[in-house]
Amino acid sequence: MRIRETWFRVGTGLFGLVLVLIVVGIGFELSRQSLLSIQKFGFSFWRTGTWDPVSGEFGALPFIWGTLYSSILALVIATPVALGIAIFIAELCPAGLRQPLVFLTELLAAIPSIVYGLWGIFVLVPIVRSLEVWTPPALRQLPFFSGPPLGVGILSAALILAIMVIPFTSSVAREVLRSVPAAQREGAYALGATRFEAIHATLFYARTGIIGAIMLGFGRALGETMAVTMVIGNSPRISLSLFTPQYTMAAVIANEFTEAADELYLDALIEIGLVLFIITLIVNLLSRLLIWSMANTGRRSRADAIGVEAAA
Amino acid sequence: MKSRRTLLAAAVSVFALAAGPVAQQTVQINGAGATFPYPIYSKWFAEYNKLHPNVQINYQSIGSGGGIRQLMNQTVFFGASDGPMTNEQLQAAPGRILHFPTVLGAVVPVYNIPNVSAELKFTGQILADIFLGKITKWNDPAIAKLNGGLTLPAGDITVVHRSDGSGTTYIWVDYLSKISPEFKKRVGVSTSVNWPAGVGAKGNEGVSGFVTQTPGSIGYVELIYALQNKISDGSVQNMAGEFVKASVASVTAAAAAAAGQMPADFRVSITNAPGKGVYPISSFTWLLLHENPKDKGQAKTMVDFLRWALTDGQKYCADLGYAPLPDGLVKLEMAALTKIKAS
Repeated sequence: MRIRETWFRVGTGLFGLVLVLIVVGIGFELSRQSLLSIQKFGFSFWRTGTWDPVSGEFGALPFIWGTLYSSILALVIATPVALGIAIFIAELCPAGLRQPLVFLTELLAAIPSIVYGLWGIFVLVPIVRSLEVWTPPALRQLPFFSGPPLGVGILSAALILAIMVIPFTSSVAREVLRSVPAAQREGAYALGATRFEAIHATLFYARTGIIGAIMLGFGRALGETMAVTMVIGNSPRISLSLFTPQYTMAAVIANEFTEAADELYLDALIEIGLVLFIITLIVNLLSRLLIWSMANTGRRSRADAIGVEAAA
Repeated sequence: MKSRRTLLAAAVSVFALAAGPVAQQTVQINGAGATFPYPIYSKWFAEYNKLHPNVQINYQSIGSGGGIRQLMNQTVFFGASDGPMTNEQLQAAPGRILHFPTVLGAVVPVYNIPNVSAELKFTGQILADIFLGKITKWNDPAIAKLNGGLTLPAGDITVVHRSDGSGTTYIWVDYLSKISPEFKKRVGVSTSVNWPAGVGAKGNEGVSGFVTQTPGSIGYVELIYALQNKISDGSVQNMAGEFVKASVASVTAAAAAAAGQMPADFRVSITNAPGKGVYPISSFTWLLLHENPKDKGQAKTMVDFLRWALTDGQKYCADLGYAPLPDGLVKLEMAALTKIKAS
């Protein structure tokens, strides 16, 4: 019996170790494969914006910018919608409607990204283009809406990313809400809370899980490749304008990897992968910190509340 | 236990006997490389397999760069590329690598200008200036003058180029660099370049899709995509001063014009080729083979296959939008094939 326990612990521990090894291995391999580029450009790879395979000059800044900008915009668009869906399904939806809605959100998640991309090219981009054409000239003076109306660009990319992210964020948020103990809601109602107030309390209880759901969506947006490359316009530029074509890290790798025959060029592309890897790690770390600090303040405030009660 | 093992051994040896001769007869050859010739190559491999059921050639269209890498690492038997290998690449290779032109393709300028049905004429200089972002309006005097006073709208030109590395881009920028010194200096020649202007779309289908959708846009695609999607493609001025549209005949004419000064290793660019009736943005696509391959049996099969592809196989070209090789070049290649050390 004891032996079995020990083996069980060692075995699962080893599987845990595999995870660590994979992450370290990816980081190591990416650095090793991009050595030439790391040695040649050093830290300037992160700061410069020229991407010229002919003269062998490579800088990742426009790709980093495009990736973060499109993903953050997608997050801003997707989060309210996804949370709305999650709250409706988990809290308000009539029982008969719940399963069909769950099924539909999961269906959205299962659509291959190339299909989203094609839909983007043929449906979304023309709509965005006419939207851009109709933008009044006064608004066009703003840095957010400058540039010719092309349809492709950051706005199309952010919209398509938002649609792709919604099912992930809303599914996880929904499960988080469902797992909130019924006592929380019952307690709120018992105190005379309205439905809105009760849901508010539930959301507060589930906040770390919900932040986790949002961050999962963000991670997915950062790495999404195919659909984005089809609608973002693929030009390495740094601009605030939602209408300009830009570029993302994942897209440039997908676009240029197959034809990169030159050593330095190939290494620079792999270094883009390394940069994406590092940024994803940082984002995950930050979201962990956020969740951790929220969980802590939550505990403290509850402790304070108890303390107050005790004092009274 | 022991008897069972003997039985197993016997069974295995029977299988080995049965499989042995068949395995020797079937020849499997793997290749990888350019996407541009993929339709004609897969047609050839299928047709050749009908004639020689024991020969099976697999081709992965992973891109020219990938094909060259895999050939140099000897993980595939043959490679394929839309641009010839550079001298540095050839020196880095483990042995001599030979280039064999297989078919010809053309890259055409495609455009979408609302309410203009007339076919546009271009010069290399105008195309270079448009793709450099120097000509930005359709009613630019240079375009109007060339097109006999045709009134074009005052709208912006949207330049569409490939976002993925591509042999199509290589041919296009190779031509523009030959015409315009400024283009050569600022952009240069490669399968992907640092574009000064425009929007990147993925694949020929991406560019043709974007051009069809976007009023005022201009892009470049392989001839077959312009034909299939019925997008207007302009005529381009050749070295002799004629305005020529891309067609099977005008592309083969470009190769015939270049065949006169063909270098022994066939690494030649035929963009802006001299001569009459020549379409100036034409190019070969190459099959790459080691001169002294490890497997001499595969080499023999591959040489036989190429002999067939360069002669009988050329008849499949036109249907798929490629131009066949001129006869003079085929003779030169037949002679070069004997250099390959095969059993």
